[in-house]
Amino acid sequence: MRMDTDQLIRTLAADNSHRVRPVGFVLALALLAAAPVSILMFVSELGVRPDVMTAMHNPFFDLKFGVTLALACAAITVALHLSRPEANLRGWVWLLMIPAGLLVAGISGEMMMPQRLPMMTRLVGSNSRICMTAVPLMSLPLLAASLIGLRHGAPARPAVSGAIAGLMSAGLAATLYASHCTDDSPLFVATWYTLATALVTAIGALVGSKVLRY
Amino acid sequence: MREREDEWTGLMRLAISGDSAAYQRLLKAITPVLRAAARRGLARAGQPIDQAEDIVQDILLAVHLKRHTWDTSAPFAPWLFAIARNKLIDALRRGGRRIFVNIDDFAETLADQPAAQTASASEVAAQLSTLPERQREVLQSIAVESASIKDTATKFKMSEGAVRVALHRGLASLTAKLREQ
Repeated sequence: MRMDTDQLIRTLAADNSHRVRPVGFVLALALLAAAPVSILMFVSELGVRPDVMTAMHNPFFDLKFGVTLALACAAITVALHLSRPEANLRGWVWLLMIPAGLLVAGISGEMMMPQRLPMMTRLVGSNSRICMTAVPLMSLPLLAASLIGLRHGAPARPAVSGAIAGLMSAGLAATLYASHCTDDSPLFVATWYTLATALVTAIGALVGSKVLRY
Repeated sequence: MREREDEWTGLMRLAISGDSAAYQRLLKAITPVLRAAARRGLARAGQPIDQAEDIVQDILLAVHLKRHTWDTSAPFAPWLFAIARNKLIDALRRGGRRIFVNIDDFAETLADQPAAQTASASEVAAQLSTLPERQREVLQSIAVESASIKDTATKFKMSEGAVRVALHRGLASLTAKLREQ
């Protein structure tokens, strides 16, 4: 059987009526489908901390959500931008600096206040092991979903897009985890959340470099 | 050059809004440019230029399947060249050498260059035979026998919708198979 280029062109033109949904739409659907899995993991194994009503009045408890949601939103925006073949990171990296900036602001804020516990105690906290396990595990369904969604795009650099997908899913998973964790110090967040996020990001980059090629 | 690229952008906008004739004209117009760039890339990498047609077909398939990532308010050429560059680098890597493709390869192309007459069937054609029967029959009917979607539907006693689905799935799985090579 032969197919020369003219024949291929005619065939592609015949398929012109086929419409594909935008990448953002597919990504949103995939994340919505995966979210219940992560939420179920959270509810069955961790659950919201019992003193959440009082914790909400603590600005450092609230800051955790600011950081994780800023990370998730920035990563979603950057991932969608990078799903176009001619796009690059230039001019977009600053978005990913927002959560880091919030953390730095939180750490400086905490430094200026009198503290009951020494710095190292706050940094080490009491939940680091759970944080390092729960965040990556709850990220996995979301990471799979975001990679499936991004496959509808045409990313120029699959590993970079995969890493951003990792940031996205870690940000969302960490948002869930933050409502369980009783360590509210920005020093704890900056250390353990960051390590957990880095792990998920590395997995995302590795898998992305394979599955996001178009 | 500028004029040519504006014309491409106009044709692609028409294509996205459903004008298949404009789409076909666009694909025909970009093909010689892609072919020349593929040949130049192959020559520079010291690889046989008779692979150029496979690269061209690979690029055309990617353009087709990823055209929803083109922003209709942006010029078409940078988007096209980004895809072409990606596919050319892939092909050259498969040929065993790491190579950097100059973006100017695409911009500075001359007039029409005819397709090389190769004795062997193209990679796309070779992969065609590995598709599921329905997809293969529909693709063959439309591509090789130049039948319309309507005629193909009558011939295989399928609905036109089913033919469209089989056609699209066939093109998507062809692309996936080429990528896995």
